[in-house]
Amino acid sequence: MIDFYINITLLSFLVLTAIAITRVRNLFSVVMLSGMYSLLTAAMFVMLDAVDVAFTEAAVGAGISTVLMLATMALVGEKEAAPKKRFSLLPITIVLITGLVVVYGTSDMPNFGDPAAAIHNHVADVYIAESGVKTGLPNIVTSVLASYRGYDTLGETTVIFTAAVAVMVLLGSLIHPKKREDEE
Amino acid sequence: MNNQPIVRIGAKIMIPFIMLFALYVQFHGDFGPGGGFQAGVIFAASLILYAIIYDVEEARKIVHPWALNIFLGLGIILYAGTGIAGIFLGGNFLDYNVLAHDPVHGQHLGILLVELGVGITVTCAMTIIFFIFARQEH
Repeated sequence: MIDFYINITLLSFLVLTAIAITRVRNLFSVVMLSGMYSLLTAAMFVMLDAVDVAFTEAAVGAGISTVLMLATMALVGEKEAAPKKRFSLLPITIVLITGLVVVYGTSDMPNFGDPAAAIHNHVADVYIAESGVKTGLPNIVTSVLASYRGYDTLGETTVIFTAAVAVMVLLGSLIHPKKREDEE
Repeated sequence: MNNQPIVRIGAKIMIPFIMLFALYVQFHGDFGPGGGFQAGVIFAASLILYAIIYDVEEARKIVHPWALNIFLGLGIILYAGTGIAGIFLGGNFLDYNVLAHDPVHGQHLGILLVELGVGITVTCAMTIIFFIFARQEH
């Protein structure tokens, strides 16, 4: 029962934070609020027993990306320009319709933790039964991530590598800094 | 923030423990929550904290850009190399069973190596991205 109240509290805070992010014009506050949003999401993942995902969300979402956003903010300034038009009917209609479609879509989804759900009847049983014996690791998440789905993780690591290379190409590498146009 | 003694000394006390925690997450990921991605980000966070508190130039003296660039690639090479080692030892790509005499030991070794590769690449990628962003201010 306490789970229910914690979930409701976390979800309400998520919605409040999201609304605050759209309303606030000071970018420093927006960056801090988005860090809060990630931390609340991490707490939601803990409630769903996905501690590995929660760990990543707290470290990457609330930690590194907040720092990177702050570094970007130092370049672009703290103030966001106020929107010209205060109210428009079309965007809110589109958002409401899309939201209703998504809510309608969830009515087809199985309940959380339902053993008859499709996701629990494919390979999950095999992993739970065999991974401890075959890989000798008690943490099924690690054995799935690094062994059963080793290709995917290699791809993910390549994505991180590519991100660093892309930043180097765009902004100049650390060893050979790209000269700015006004300095040439 | 070099002129704020509480922040500076607080960070000085915390940074070794953050690094130790990153190593714990890295090598204990087989048994509890954690793994290469999380450990890499936490280790990068300790370097970024140092760069924020002292100065990016000071941090660049500790982790040289050359080292970061080389290790960025070495992490992926370690991962893919573990996979290719599986081919040479008679298995498939990323098949860890053949890495040791006993399949379970092979799995253990393979997972340790690929997680280490992930950790190294993530640490370097995050630190490089932060250093480049921070340099833009000057």
